[in-house]
Amino acid sequence: MKLRCVPFLIAAFALSTSTAFADNRDEARSQVDFGINVAQRGLWREAIYRWEKAVELDPKYAAAYNDLAIAYEHEGQLEKARKAYDKALELDPNNSQIRQNYDLFKEINDRVAQQKDKR
Amino acid sequence: MTGWLSRRTNARLALGGIALVCATTVGCGTALYEVPVETPIPAKLDVSAFQRVLVAGFVAGGADDIDTNQETVRLLRSQLRSKSELRVIDADVMQLVDVAQEQNKAAVNDASPGDGLTIRTSTEGTGVTALPQKIKDEKDLEPYDRLFANTAYWKRIGEEYQNPLIVTGSVLFTPRSSSGLVTRETEVYDGLGRRRVIPQRVYMERKGFMLRPKFVFIDGRTGATIYSETRREEVLYNAQQETPALSSYFELMDRIVPDFLGALSTQKIKGTRVLIK
Repeated sequence: MKLRCVPFLIAAFALSTSTAFADNRDEARSQVDFGINVAQRGLWREAIYRWEKAVELDPKYAAAYNDLAIAYEHEGQLEKARKAYDKALELDPNNSQIRQNYDLFKEINDRVAQQKDKR
Repeated sequence: MTGWLSRRTNARLALGGIALVCATTVGCGTALYEVPVETPIPAKLDVSAFQRVLVAGFVAGGADDIDTNQETVRLLRSQLRSKSELRVIDADVMQLVDVAQEQNKAAVNDASPGDGLTIRTSTEGTGVTALPQKIKDEKDLEPYDRLFANTAYWKRIGEEYQNPLIVTGSVLFTPRSSSGLVTRETEVYDGLGRRRVIPQRVYMERKGFMLRPKFVFIDGRTGATIYSETRREEVLYNAQQETPALSSYFELMDRIVPDFLGALSTQKIKGTRVLIK
């Protein structure tokens, strides 16, 4: 009787984890949506808070890392921006949009690094 | 009846299914949002110790068409007034070529083994390099660099203006001409009247100007140089085109000023990025 319960328990566990995963992804998506909304209105700090939450909920969400990188860039936190871009590209290496954002960022980042070296 | 019902149910299910797929596709589809961003670039220098800046003057040379010293001081002061937090000191523009010449004369007299009463006019045998009266090229400017290393002099200037950050340096603005092959875009029309733009190599004679400023930033409290930077820009026009020297000067300075300001204050680089949903 007990053994007969095992598959049922495994199935229930799998179902609950996948539901939890789906819930997390949904929640991460809504955080990203909200972040985009506020970023478009110039509230970048709030956007950062939302996107940081999104990547916490779903650490495989490449778009959230991309958006977070842009926000860090806007706030002048270039090291954090670089790390977020790296993560976004690691998760979605073929995404041309992320690549394009990263290339534009890199141009600026390299310039700043050169300035630091000169000093 | 049952058959009709089941057909209706099936149709509904099918429609529902299509709607669900559409919703999923829309839901999963990537939405892109282009947003403007302004990336702040930190200043090259830490000028937090200064509240005021004195754009003293420049050792200027090259074209006689414009007063390069006067124009450079005026332009930098106005840029600093609007784009930096430092208070700009309004003072007469210093004629640094004359200052350097006087300092050189004094150095010659100090170095000469004469009776102390005769003023020497030549640097011969004194070990002091003569300063060219007329600055025509970069080589003529080189000996003037001594002036920026004279900490005692700049410290005195600093004391006079209550220890500001001092901006000085040299500016060379000279006419340039060049001839050779250049790539130009030419319009061509094919047999069907369609327009195309193709690059074409053509021989051209061009003339214009070269601007080479060296900005020296001096700590007015100590007279020591804290940073210096040299830039070089040139612009060439078609030889037939008559462009006033002053327009060319401002065209070239326009390219240089952002870098100059970047030494003193945070600059913002405008661009766009794409947010992804």
